[in-house]
Amino acid sequence: MNFWFELLQNILQIAISPTTAAFVLAAIGLNVHFGFTGLMNMGQAGFMLVGAYGFGVSVSYFGLGFWAAIAVAVGAAVVFAIILGIPTLKLRGDYLAIVTIAAAEVIRMVVKLAVLQDITGGPSGIPGNKYRPVFTELSPLPDGKTTILGITYANTGVDDWWTRIVAWGLVALFLLITWLLIRSPWGRVLKGIREDEDAVRSLGKSSYAYKLQALILGGIMGAFGGVVMALPAAMQPDSMGRPMTFNLWMIVLLGGAATIFGPLLGSILFFVVRLLLTSLAGEFIPSSLLNTQQTEQLAWVLIGLALILLVVFRPQGVLGNKKELSFNV
Amino acid sequence: MTRTTAITVSTKRPLGVALLLTLLLALFLGVFTASPAHAVECVPDAATGCVQGVIKTGAGDPAAGIKLTLKGDGESQSVETDAEGRWAFAITAAGTYSVSVEKSSLPEGQFFKSADTREVEAQLNSQASALFPLTDNEAEASGGETSTTGKGEAASSSSADSFSWPRFWQQFVSGIRMGLLISLASLGLSLIFGTTGLSNFAHGEMVTLGGLLAALFMGLTGNLWIAGLLAVVASAAFGWAQDKVLWKPLRKRRLSLMQLMIVSIGLSITMQYLFQFFWGSGVIRIDKSTPATWTFFGVTLTVQSYIAMGISLLAIIGVGLGLMYTRFGRATRAISDNPALARASGIDVDRVINIVWIIGAGLAGLAGVFLGLVFNGLNWFTGGQLLLMFFAAVTLGGLGTAFGAFIGSMLIGMMVELTNIWLPGDLKYATALLLLILILLVRPQGIFGRKERIG
Amino acid sequence: MSDAAVRSNAHIEGYPYDREALRAELRTLDQVPGVAKRDPILTVDRIERRFGGMTAVNVAHLEVPRGAITALIGPNGAGKTTFFNLITGFDQPSNGQKLIGGGDARWSFNGKDLRRTGASQAARAGMVRTFQLTKALSRMTVLENMLIGANNQPGENIFVGLIPPLWKARERENVERAKDLLARFKLDAKINDMAGDLSGGQKKLLEMARALMSNPAMIMLDEPMAGVNPALTQSLLDHIQALRDDGTTVLFVEHDMHMVRHISDWVVVMAQGEVIAEGLPEEVMTSQAVVDAYLGAHHDKDLGDDDALNTGFMRAIATEIADEVEEETR
Repeated sequence: MNFWFELLQNILQIAISPTTAAFVLAAIGLNVHFGFTGLMNMGQAGFMLVGAYGFGVSVSYFGLGFWAAIAVAVGAAVVFAIILGIPTLKLRGDYLAIVTIAAAEVIRMVVKLAVLQDITGGPSGIPGNKYRPVFTELSPLPDGKTTILGITYANTGVDDWWTRIVAWGLVALFLLITWLLIRSPWGRVLKGIREDEDAVRSLGKSSYAYKLQALILGGIMGAFGGVVMALPAAMQPDSMGRPMTFNLWMIVLLGGAATIFGPLLGSILFFVVRLLLTSLAGEFIPSSLLNTQQTEQLAWVLIGLALILLVVFRPQGVLGNKKELSFNV
Repeated sequence: MTRTTAITVSTKRPLGVALLLTLLLALFLGVFTASPAHAVECVPDAATGCVQGVIKTGAGDPAAGIKLTLKGDGESQSVETDAEGRWAFAITAAGTYSVSVEKSSLPEGQFFKSADTREVEAQLNSQASALFPLTDNEAEASGGETSTTGKGEAASSSSADSFSWPRFWQQFVSGIRMGLLISLASLGLSLIFGTTGLSNFAHGEMVTLGGLLAALFMGLTGNLWIAGLLAVVASAAFGWAQDKVLWKPLRKRRLSLMQLMIVSIGLSITMQYLFQFFWGSGVIRIDKSTPATWTFFGVTLTVQSYIAMGISLLAIIGVGLGLMYTRFGRATRAISDNPALARASGIDVDRVINIVWIIGAGLAGLAGVFLGLVFNGLNWFTGGQLLLMFFAAVTLGGLGTAFGAFIGSMLIGMMVELTNIWLPGDLKYATALLLLILILLVRPQGIFGRKERIG
Repeated sequence: MSDAAVRSNAHIEGYPYDREALRAELRTLDQVPGVAKRDPILTVDRIERRFGGMTAVNVAHLEVPRGAITALIGPNGAGKTTFFNLITGFDQPSNGQKLIGGGDARWSFNGKDLRRTGASQAARAGMVRTFQLTKALSRMTVLENMLIGANNQPGENIFVGLIPPLWKARERENVERAKDLLARFKLDAKINDMAGDLSGGQKKLLEMARALMSNPAMIMLDEPMAGVNPALTQSLLDHIQALRDDGTTVLFVEHDMHMVRHISDWVVVMAQGEVIAEGLPEEVMTSQAVVDAYLGAHHDKDLGDDDALNTGFMRAIATEIADEVEEETR
């Protein structure tokens, strides 16, 4: 019985963890790109990386304060989006896919350069304690620990309630922004572009400008995802690589592209199901048959298969409406 | 293959193998994240961390056969540098480790410039590096004290490279080799894209599969030629099966190209972790013997490299001639041009696409076999890491044109190897990707693509 | 017909484009390619488009008269649609101005130089087009399709869009306007349907209605009759004439000679990329150059298709006229 109780608690923990929130944030951004605008951004992890390092380097190397560092993170994401968007947004969709995935890899390689060791920490990244203090000192919470539903964290510290409050607050804010925007005439033009770009251009809207705006907006959301991801832990270039982008796609498709709450539901489902798989396998399959590492690998195999099955059999995801599917026919 | 020591460089390797004038890579130590397909490679994951580096002589040539020992966390491991001077340790617990170089294993006339032992902070899921700069000038040599990897030292290491014509020539030929290997894979990618419109993100895994299968068959048969042939045949069969089981039914379901692309991403993830599951995450070597080298017009490569280049060239020419002069080739080009018209004019589109898959997968498998041989080993992510090079090559040449894919591959191969002369080694793939982005800015249809294709 | 007639009778004061006056004016012109008009809305000079070795469009000079219905006709492959694409910024002329250097192609609309503008700017200048293959935004409702056509909605700016009070009022106006237009095109019953669920003819109507949302000075219709149920063609014709009577200039590409003769005020004939003739509909169609151009294309099977379509079309007109006569006698 103890196992089940612990499992339940683990599920709760993972559902509210800042990492899950970071994935939701980045997935909301990807949903703005793909779900609402039809942009094949295969480099969302690059936006996260740019945001995280924009923040981390500003604090740890340039000694900026929290708000200035956030501004740098956002600015970096905007610049990244513009650099990516200008050459590719006039071209067919798969060009954007290839360029974004390539650019995200380039960013990761550059950040890892040992020549930049002093600034970015090279391959080992930036340890959390070099940038976290500017964030924790903003915390209005009293010292000590708080237990909610049997889960205890420090109010303010390394992996704390303060981070969780801010992370999920951001999620709520971004959900509100997408909700407002998608119902606005701006969002209508985006949907129009997803449907038929030429028709929208023939009606006097510069589809290019709208796509660039969408790319920037989603990119900024990704950058916040990167910052939130790095806050409770350390900054690691390899933690924001291609697998991260693919996971985000999985999340968006699972929850339902072009829906407001799809990314939220998708992220939580993604993490909870993965946890369930590995915990149950760890508990009930003897480690002589499957060790932890192999369980992890099999979980990934299942993720890959699930992605295939999802795209083929339920492309609208859990929440989506088949009529408003974001795949172009 | 044990998991703790990802690199199992045989200790039986004759020490007499002199300094190999092989790849003169930029003197950049430590990080090989961007450089797949090298023999000594440790891939960090959740349970593994890597400590690694490259040792080069004072002249900048890779120093092979140098013995290193890693101590810490209650364990001790030993390795030797490979033909390219690389070494790596895989660790399973984070902590402080000390890496030391055995002075007696240094090539004659080489001395430590600074230290022979270094302390390294290693973490799981990441790579740590340690530098052991050598010098051939005894006056510069230090006594060999212990030192902790300082940030400044790592940063200064990349400036030691310099340009020389022999080095350029060596890199140039390496570029041709890289280009030919990339061509094998990108030809298939291009053909598949041309006939089906699919940007196949699982193409890298087809390359990996070829190499891994070759290693498997090598273990079974012991003959490299037979193993390679079987691996290519098995890869081609996999391409056939993939199309029959997966892609053809999906085409019939009329999935959009974007959906198909995501399906290929799912397939790529699935295959990568299946490889890890069956082969582990370490480096697999197809041919475990020490590769012989051959110097030809001042260029030193392994004999296997020369053979690989020859066969690759033949295969590429064969496919090119086939596309130009056979009925199947004409049908393929007709489908690339206009599938509806091709179907209407009596071409069995599904059959042609199926053959394209067989050829594409076979070529990818061949590329995998050669990559594993040329770079002295491969792992589950070798193809995945090169995937973007394939895409870059295909895009550069013009999406969907086979000849363009070949030229694009050669350019990318050159780019990767030549930029190495001036830039830190871990940027060599980055420059190729930057080139891709620039090309799209100036000439989005690629070098040989027609503008109308971009649509 | 009666619908349009009522509209033109009850015309706004000061409307300068009385059809008869306009036609009389056009009748005085020389019927030669590139003839100057008194008040051209669109002027094109030296516009050329080559695909590989083939020249698809090569127009030396063309003026489109303001307030008239101008038909652009010509055999298949004459370059009519390519010409449309060039003018509206969906394609760039081979001799167009480049970032550096470039050729001397130039065209202006309503006095505005359009050489360096993209498709969306051309549309905002007041030149809105439709497409040969309809481009309805399938997974959006008919109303959403209409609203996207309006070009005065401040909420299409991302920051304004975040604050509904800033754009709700305009949205209500636009919804009213959309409803009016949809009623005129008899699509008001479909207002909340997905555009993708409409029939082909309804999509054509929707596309036209959508284009009108922005009150364009000129509407460019690319084969408005193609694929439309013959029963719908007459009402389409009425709509087009009504547009002209409201002061909108119409330029349309059409294969259907009867339609051209029926509604257009001026006809431009293209063949092999060039303008080979211009003139009044009843005269230009019989000119030797046009006959030659069409005879040259006679071996194409297209003409047969046209004939088949025309027969159906004639029958449709006949029934419509009969209906009207009935109505009038009642």
